[in-house]
Amino acid sequence: MLSRLEIGLYIFVLATFLGFEVIRRVPSLLHTPLMSLTNAISGISLVGSLVLAGSGRGAMATALGTIAVTASTINVVGGFMITDRMLRMFKRRDERKPK
Amino acid sequence: MSRLAVDLAYLFAGACFVLALKWMSAPTTARRGIWMGEAGMLVAVAATLLKQEVVTYTWIVVALFIGSAIGATMAILMPMTAMPQRIALSHAFGALAAALVGTAEYRLAAPDIHPLKMGVLGAEVLLGFLTFTGSLMAFGKLQELLPTRPIVYRGQKVVNLSVLAAAVGMVALLVPFPGHKELFVVLAALALIFGVFLIIPIGGADMPTVISILNSYAGLSGAALGFVLDNKVLIIAGALDGSSGFLLSLIMCRAMNRSFTNVLFGAFGRVEPSARVEVEERPVRSGSPEEAAMILDAARSVIVVPGYGLAVAQAQHKVRELADLLARRDVDVRYAIHPVAGRMPGHMNVLLAEAEVPYEQIHDMESINLEFAHSDVAMVVGANDVTNPAARHARDSPLYGMPVLNVDQAQTVMVIKRSMNPGFAGIENELYYLDKTMMLFGDARAVLGELVNELLRTSARM
Repeated sequence: MLSRLEIGLYIFVLATFLGFEVIRRVPSLLHTPLMSLTNAISGISLVGSLVLAGSGRGAMATALGTIAVTASTINVVGGFMITDRMLRMFKRRDERKPK
Repeated sequence: MSRLAVDLAYLFAGACFVLALKWMSAPTTARRGIWMGEAGMLVAVAATLLKQEVVTYTWIVVALFIGSAIGATMAILMPMTAMPQRIALSHAFGALAAALVGTAEYRLAAPDIHPLKMGVLGAEVLLGFLTFTGSLMAFGKLQELLPTRPIVYRGQKVVNLSVLAAAVGMVALLVPFPGHKELFVVLAALALIFGVFLIIPIGGADMPTVISILNSYAGLSGAALGFVLDNKVLIIAGALDGSSGFLLSLIMCRAMNRSFTNVLFGAFGRVEPSARVEVEERPVRSGSPEEAAMILDAARSVIVVPGYGLAVAQAQHKVRELADLLARRDVDVRYAIHPVAGRMPGHMNVLLAEAEVPYEQIHDMESINLEFAHSDVAMVVGANDVTNPAARHARDSPLYGMPVLNVDQAQTVMVIKRSMNPGFAGIENELYYLDKTMMLFGDARAVLGELVNELLRTSARM
């Protein structure tokens, strides 16, 4: 347990620093799409829910897992789609369709 | 699928997520970032479905179908003005999923849980459930299902901290006695209650900060779930989400001149000055659309300052229409965005983008604040506190020290506002009493429409 936790902590700390460095470069223009995208990405907890819902470890696990899969899927599918919808609207002057 | 193959798929997904965020640094590459994120997600989910532990697919298929249908419907139909609500809701869903998986892991493993794992599990469930109800509360306030004014009472902080302390106490008890399932139930209940209490004292104007913090909490609960399940891609994604939310809340705090410790424990309901300074009746200059159109007609440079009122009135398209008319007369039109304008970080930028305002014209506070002094007209549309000059010089103002847009340095200031009611913070804006300020009272969309019509009429006369 301890060594796995240790590896996990390494990953967590390094990913946090990496996150800071990458996200610091995102302009305030894109802060809403950024939040929406990180939301979709953190929907990766879906993989945990999937194992729970599909492992056949009793009714309780299946029920909680199914709710969790539904909630995460809403975030993943909805998150990516709405981020894309937003980003499609950001246009430069010359990209605007002539009126 | 072998364990190694699954792990490699997860590693691939983690790398994709980092690249996705990296490409968010420019509007030209941002969409590529989404595709990268989607690719990572697809590979991770596919690998998971092929795992040996997954034996039945019935409920998975049902849940994936329902989730995709709801998610897609929301993504297609949600108006851009409702973006903050949607984000709050998705924090709630993410946190709920994490908390439920944590709960199931506990029930399946109890009473035989390693103390270390129990500690992580307890923290994960605490964070997940409090973020769930907290985000639902934020959603309710943003959707105006709940009163948007901060609700404060004496001893609120003591109550809140006691609930939190009790919840942490439950975790501490569970670590040596993981078999006591009733402790876990109490822990979950306390966490749910704390989430509600956390958001009660928060007003609408503080929402950008709160949403960012809940973003960070949702990320952290995901990362904690990664520790519980020993799943590294969850740790990576959670850390990225958590650091993103944390960074955004720091930016929001700085933009409101609030310390982070002030915000961290939910002590961020802005304390209203108990004795509100009585303001004597001062005259304001209320202008007509004709006068305003004449000034705009003679202007060479105009800076538009949008705020939450623009979103409420859905006036983004009218603003752009007016800007297009002005641009045709060779007026230089730019937009100045305060970091906390609207109800979430970047809220105004999305609305302007929706109205097809080219993003070169949109400037953040730092890059445009010196330009007000050289501009003919500053047009404030539904923004209030972020334009109050008192923040620069009035030491007794609750806003003192908050960075504001130097709107008052423009030749003429036009303020489109529904009434003289002070904003959420209940602070008088001395900008409205300046000689150079012209108030245009009315719904932002209606007033802008009249301005457009006036300008069209003058050009017809020419």
